[in-house]
Order: sequence, then C-alpha cells, then structure tokens
Amino acid sequence: MTQRQVQPSLCLKTFALSVGRGETILAQDLSLSVPAGTGLLLRGPNGAGKSTLLFTLAGLLPALSGTVTLEGYDEDFGPAFHHCGHKNAIRPRLTVIESLQFWQAINGSAALTPVEALERVGLGRQAKSDAGYLSAGQQRRLALARLLVSARPVWLLDEPTSALDADGQKLLAGLITEHLASGGLAVIASHDAIAVENLAVLDLGGRV
Amino acid sequence: MSGFVSVLRRELSLSLRGGGEMLTLVLFFVIVGAIVPFAVGPDKVLLAGIAPGIVWIAAFLAMLMGLEKLFGPDRADGTLGLYRLADTPLSAVVAAKVIAHWLTAALPLILASPILALLLSMDLPTFWRTLVSLLIGTPALAGFGALGAALTVATRHGGLIAPILIAPLSMPVLIFGVGAISASGGPGQTGVATLLLAALSLMVVALTPFAAALAIDWGED
Repeated sequence: MTQRQVQPSLCLKTFALSVGRGETILAQDLSLSVPAGTGLLLRGPNGAGKSTLLFTLAGLLPALSGTVTLEGYDEDFGPAFHHCGHKNAIRPRLTVIESLQFWQAINGSAALTPVEALERVGLGRQAKSDAGYLSAGQQRRLALARLLVSARPVWLLDEPTSALDADGQKLLAGLITEHLASGGLAVIASHDAIAVENLAVLDLGGRV
Repeated sequence: MSGFVSVLRRELSLSLRGGGEMLTLVLFFVIVGAIVPFAVGPDKVLLAGIAPGIVWIAAFLAMLMGLEKLFGPDRADGTLGLYRLADTPLSAVVAAKVIAHWLTAALPLILASPILALLLSMDLPTFWRTLVSLLIGTPALAGFGALGAALTVATRHGGLIAPILIAPLSMPVLIFGVGAISASGGPGQTGVATLLLAALSLMVVALTPFAAALAIDWGED
C-alpha cells in the first residue's frame, strides 16, 4: 500500500477535455497539467462547471471528449483519487469513529489511524458521538479526515471550505500543504482564498 | 475482503439501530397474510390450500418495500459516489448489501412466518416446507431486488419503478417457491421445484452483484 504515496513523476494531465452534463457542455478544450507537489485552484461563477470538472477528473462522470490521464501512476495500486464533494457521505446512527473506520476499511490505509485523523481535524472529543449530531462544519471536518486515513496521491476537493470556521480554513490549508509536500497533488474548486503555496489558478468563467 | 465485511457490518448496524424499519416490514408481511381470511372468507380448507401462495406473495411484497433503502440513502448523501472510487470493488459492495438486505428484510419475515401459518391454518408439514422454500427462495428475491434498485437508483421515484421492473423477473421464484410447498404436484414434483428454486437463488445471488454494479456505474448522474 505504501507504493501509492510518493511518486515524483506523478502528473495529472488532461487533453482537449470537454466536460458537461448530458448534452450541455460546461467547459471545453481544457488541457491541464498538474504535476506532483502542486495544486490547481478552480475559479468561476456558479454553474461554470467546476464540480462537473472534478467529477470528470475522478471518473465519476464520463468526459464528453478528450482524455484524463494520471501519468506515472500504476493502476495496480488501486484508485488514485480522493473526491470530497458537496455531500459529506456522513450517515446518522453511526458514530464518528465508526464512519472513519469504515472508510479506511474500504479505501485502504497506509496513512493516519482514524483516531489520529480525528485529532488532526479537531474532532477527537466527538469520536464516540453520533455522526448525525455533528454541526455542518464538523461534518466537513469529518469528511476531510476521510482523506487522511487512506493515502491517495490526488485530492479533488469541491468547495472544501464551505461551513468551515476560520480555524477550519487554516486547518484545511495546512492539510493541503502537507499533502502537496509529500508529493501529492490537488485540484480544488473554491470561491474562498486558500492559503497554500504552489497553487495555480484556472478561471472557468465564460469559457463557453 | 475487509472492505466487504465492513460494508456488511455497516449495513447491519444501520438497520438494527434504525429499529422501526425492520419491524415495519414484518408487520406489513403479517398484515398482508392477515387480511386474506377477511377477503376470501374463513373457510379453513380453502385457506390451508392457498396458504403457501399467500405467504410467498406477502414475502415478495414486503421485500419490495425494503428496496428503496438499498441504494437510495447512499445516493442521497454521496456515499454511492465514494463507493465507486473505493478500493473495494463495487460488485463486492453490492454483494455485501444483498446479503445485508436478505438478513434484514427476508430473515425477519421467515422468523415471523409461524404467525401467518397460524392465521391461515396451515398444517405442520406444510409449514415446514414453507419455511424451507422461503429460506431457499428469498435470496433470489434479494438479488433481483438489488438489481432493480441499482437500475433505478439515478431515477426520480426509482423506488416505485424498481418493483415493476423486477416483478416479471421474480415470477419464476414465486412459481417454484409455491411449487416447492404444495403437495398437489406429487412428492417427486416438490423435490424438483425445491432444487430449481435453489439453483435460481444460487445463480441470482452469484450474478446480480456484478450486474447491479455495472448498472450503478453507468447510471449515476
């Protein structure tokens, strides 16, 4: 499992990528290159196709045309993408720690233990409580902890700052910085400023 | 393998902590059986004759009611998308869900079937055969149900369409299920029906996780 972590030649590339929903093209002719250790910040008005692009990069939506490749990654190591979308995938009636253990079990580990990850995102004291009782910001933190318990080289974050307080935003920036420093890469869609170095910016607004 | 076990454990603890859902299914199962004597009259001979069919219809309908819970909540909260990106193959996730569905939506019905047997004045040998045929046949219903739920997961009101979609598929299960109980076909016939029912269940449970996983992968969004 450790092979999945650091590979210096890693590079997320798209070639002439068009993304959209159904027949509607939201962004077209995207040729991106995100090398390991850097991040890409997606900007653009609501409806510009930021989330759709992230879904397409993750392989959850088919590309309308063009290709997405992750160079320097051996598919045998398993899925390379963490996708953290608008929905936190948190279910009431399971405790916080159970939720996290579950995600580690099906996503593979070689990263922090669930307890360490909860401490890291500041939910250490809520570990035994029902995940449904968490506030929106705490649920967001739990979703971020999911990225920490399973090592994957590419993080795709969709509005990761939503519902996070100022401390949470600092925490997020810290997590992304660590992830990039360890040789990972990230594509982030956000309207907020994210205090991370090595972030290129792509403005999706008004491309079509 | 640990992923498979985790999904199974998660599904079971969600169902058990939900509490009411399982009880609702059991009550629905009992009520369907209980209204029959009122509809066809309290003729004990007639009731005993149609009892195997009634039990199977009640089980079939009750299992359909549980279908919406299979993938609906996972899709609503984004878990389904994450399953598609998980290390554990989607087919393994679906297989775990099919087993959990059987344990939470079929096994309670089978445990409650003595109540129906009493209400429908079944004799003891028929009841034992009913129990066996339910045990052997309901996994097929769970498998078909998962397929229907997977095909309609991305559709609005998928919970209503899935039963219509899988009803024709489930007919053989009902036919052989009831055939395995009724003594009218002669002793040899009953054995054949039981074997066919078992074959059907094995095949459906083995194949539907892959089919359902494909359906989810192609159908989502």
